[in-house]
Amino acid sequence: MEELSLHILDLVQNSIGAAATRVGILIEEDVAADRFLFEVKDNGQGMDKELVREVLKPFTTTRTTRRVGLGLSLLDMAARQCDGGVEIDTEPGKGTRVRAVFRYSHWDRAPLGDIKTTLLTIIAANPELQLEYVHRVNGRIFRLDTEEIRTVLGGDIPLNNMAVLGWLDDYLAQSLAELYGGEE
Amino acid sequence: MTALKNLDDLRKLRERVKEDLNERFGGEIKIIVGMGTCGIAAGAREVMAAILNELRLRNINATVTQTGCIGMCEREPLVDIVRPGEKRITYGRVTPRDAKRLVAEHVLHGRVVEDLVVARFEE
Repeated sequence: MEELSLHILDLVQNSIGAAATRVGILIEEDVAADRFLFEVKDNGQGMDKELVREVLKPFTTTRTTRRVGLGLSLLDMAARQCDGGVEIDTEPGKGTRVRAVFRYSHWDRAPLGDIKTTLLTIIAANPELQLEYVHRVNGRIFRLDTEEIRTVLGGDIPLNNMAVLGWLDDYLAQSLAELYGGEE
Repeated sequence: MTALKNLDDLRKLRERVKEDLNERFGGEIKIIVGMGTCGIAAGAREVMAAILNELRLRNINATVTQTGCIGMCEREPLVDIVRPGEKRITYGRVTPRDAKRLVAEHVLHGRVVEDLVVARFEE
């Protein structure tokens, strides 16, 4: 994957596949500590010890159509290549937390890329999902909580309404630009 | 201050959308994008974004959702379009540019884009 935001999308798809209704995404970019990390945690069905061991090997999956999968092992390889690694915290029935750490300045570290589109596609395709997004860049912070948006919209307008997605697109673009650019 | 201003915009938008909702009628069109690891690696996110963008520009009300890997990884990104009462059509190796065409032709006018079809199913 050419962007870390695609790995994040992949992890969230895992969460949705595990029947999660709540997903939290955390991104921390810290130049001073020379660390880039992200975390996806969910309240899905979780994994037992055996599956956790298997899941970092290529060609493991819970999917039943064809027993080949790559997602987490790709992420693990990418993180190890950058002096980091992947940590999985999970228990059956208790959800899953996947944390990936990279050396920020490592030559092979992929850029975060288009995180805005990752968030938009997750929300558009999963309007019922409760998504909390926290993004820290060198001490600055941006936070998005779909439940706050839902509260403003009231019960009758879904988050995948085209006008709402249009608003969200603009809002994310502006907020992320401020997070990186340092404007007010 | 951005956040507050934006929430204000969202409140205004809410009133507008509510009026709009009252005018809509049934028969939802469904668009399903393959979002397994294979789909994502092949560009499914950009395809879904292009579909959403085109729907918005053309003011079309359709539900866009995702599915996991269905075992046709080499043909990802896969996009299924289901118009009410019609066959479910699966398109393969869809690019963002193709996605615009799928919306303009199939979603809007019900014309199947033959050169991209990989499967058809009775719903």
